Amino acid sequence: MNTAAIATAPDPTTASHAPLVSLRGVSKTFSNGTVALQNMSLDIGEREFVSLLGPSGCGKSTALRIIAGLGDTTSGTITWPGVRDDTTAKSRHEIGFVFQEPTLMPWATVFNNVWLPLRLRGVSRSAARGDVMEALGMVGLEKFADSYPRELSGGMKMRVSIARALITRPKLLLMDEPFAALDEITRFKLNNDLLHLWEKFGWTVIFVTHSVFESVYLSSRIVVMASRPGRVIDELAIDAPYPREEEFRTSSIYNEYCRKTSDALHAAMEGSEHR
Amino acid sequence: MTAVEAEKHEGEMARTSVQDLSTDEAPRPAEAGSATGRWLRFLIPVLMLVGLIVVWQVYVMVYDVPHYILPSPVRVAQALAADWPVLLSALWVTLTITLKALVIALVGGVALAILMAQSKWIELALYPYAVILQVTPVVAIAPLILIYTPTTQAAILICAWIVAFFPVLSNTTQGLRSTDHNLLNLFELYRASRWQTLIFLQLPNALPYFLAGLRIAGGLALIAAVVGEFAAGTAGAGSGLAFRLLESQYRLNIPRLFGALILLSLTGVLIFAATSLVSHLLLRKWHESAVRREN
Repeated sequence: MNTAAIATAPDPTTASHAPLVSLRGVSKTFSNGTVALQNMSLDIGEREFVSLLGPSGCGKSTALRIIAGLGDTTSGTITWPGVRDDTTAKSRHEIGFVFQEPTLMPWATVFNNVWLPLRLRGVSRSAARGDVMEALGMVGLEKFADSYPRELSGGMKMRVSIARALITRPKLLLMDEPFAALDEITRFKLNNDLLHLWEKFGWTVIFVTHSVFESVYLSSRIVVMASRPGRVIDELAIDAPYPREEEFRTSSIYNEYCRKTSDALHAAMEGSEHR
Repeated sequence: MTAVEAEKHEGEMARTSVQDLSTDEAPRPAEAGSATGRWLRFLIPVLMLVGLIVVWQVYVMVYDVPHYILPSPVRVAQALAADWPVLLSALWVTLTITLKALVIALVGGVALAILMAQSKWIELALYPYAVILQVTPVVAIAPLILIYTPTTQAAILICAWIVAFFPVLSNTTQGLRSTDHNLLNLFELYRASRWQTLIFLQLPNALPYFLAGLRIAGGLALIAAVVGEFAAGTAGAGSGLAFRLLESQYRLNIPRLFGALILLSLTGVLIFAATSLVSHLLLRKWHESAVRREN
């Protein structure tokens, strides 16, 4: 983690309008010389639902990991203007991360998997019980506290993973293609559930995906990225009002946004092919 | 029905069906209608054993094989009964050495594996010597060990330890290293200490690997205890089954040799069964190797 890159909080009166996290000219080159991310600048405001959309290799996952503090940047800065009492430790505590795979510990029950983030902070099992059950309740899995991950379906495992990310009550939820490996029916369900939770709790979400339809359905803003080198190409605001339900999926506004986003994505991909 | 309810419902159904299958083991035609199936599982090996012993007895009687070439099962049984005090004390010596060597190998192997997992440099410094110890035949090192140790028993113990140590070390090391990178990232994200990562993540992840190593090490410890005793050439009272084997051979007391052999095999089988049981009990809830496949 690049501690030096974290600035101190600005004037508290403007804090609510300031972005929660701000990337300035962030680049990342891997040791094998691959430029994963080139000069990425991005502001994420509080309560936004931002999707990073792009083909594989465009650095969207790398960007997410850098925001999470997993791995250093080669150059550029990340600041957290929206987080008061700003320290590395503080901001990390307010981040929840959901990986592409459920990433559960197979030897631990659902309860113990969700308890983990609190356990690592030294919260005892009995003290954590209320929070764990509440988090499991949010994703509709209270009855499965004593099951082992192998007994659950793919969608249910992903729900456990989301419950685990929510248990620390994060301000910022980072999701790295969380539903990419699920079937379409389950994905739609989880999309809806995620939106409901987001509306209810008002976190900020950064959502990495390669699906145009998923990104339009969920996001208030889409950041389109291109590969080789990974960079931001375009940004689209999706102004359709929330709550969005199944009707939104079949509406003409939705189709219109999907077409626009698709065009932007194709432009991004052609751009990189001609390089 | 909303999406959440739908999936809850689906989940509940999955759960009840899992319970159904675990409480009711009847509908498995492949393993036969439960009661008879269980009986057969027990009966077939026993019948096979009895059959083999009968064939052996009949062969010895029909061809009138001299007992110093191949004793009949009855003679072996007689020898076992008559020499019981001698064989039992020898068995006790061998068993003690085996178990001691195994325990030291487990503790040492796991400790060294954890140490090597902490730093690439420690691993680079130590691992080659673990390999050298393993690939050099223990029989070849035994004479040296005999010179350096105060008692023969200690020498045999070291031989058994050297052999049992490596599978534990190499398996545990592999297990510690094969931890899911995303889980490691998650632990880093929640700022887990090195100790927490070891206790909550790396050790549980290494458990199946360690248990596979344990099963190999258990058998090897017994083999090495016997080989070590052959190499050390113990004699007289206080010596193990290996000495009794050699002694019986010199005196052409073949029934006793068979008796000693049977005791050794039984010990090996028991060690394997015990380590397998431990492994099953620890993994049955979550590891694919121990969970019954249902489809």
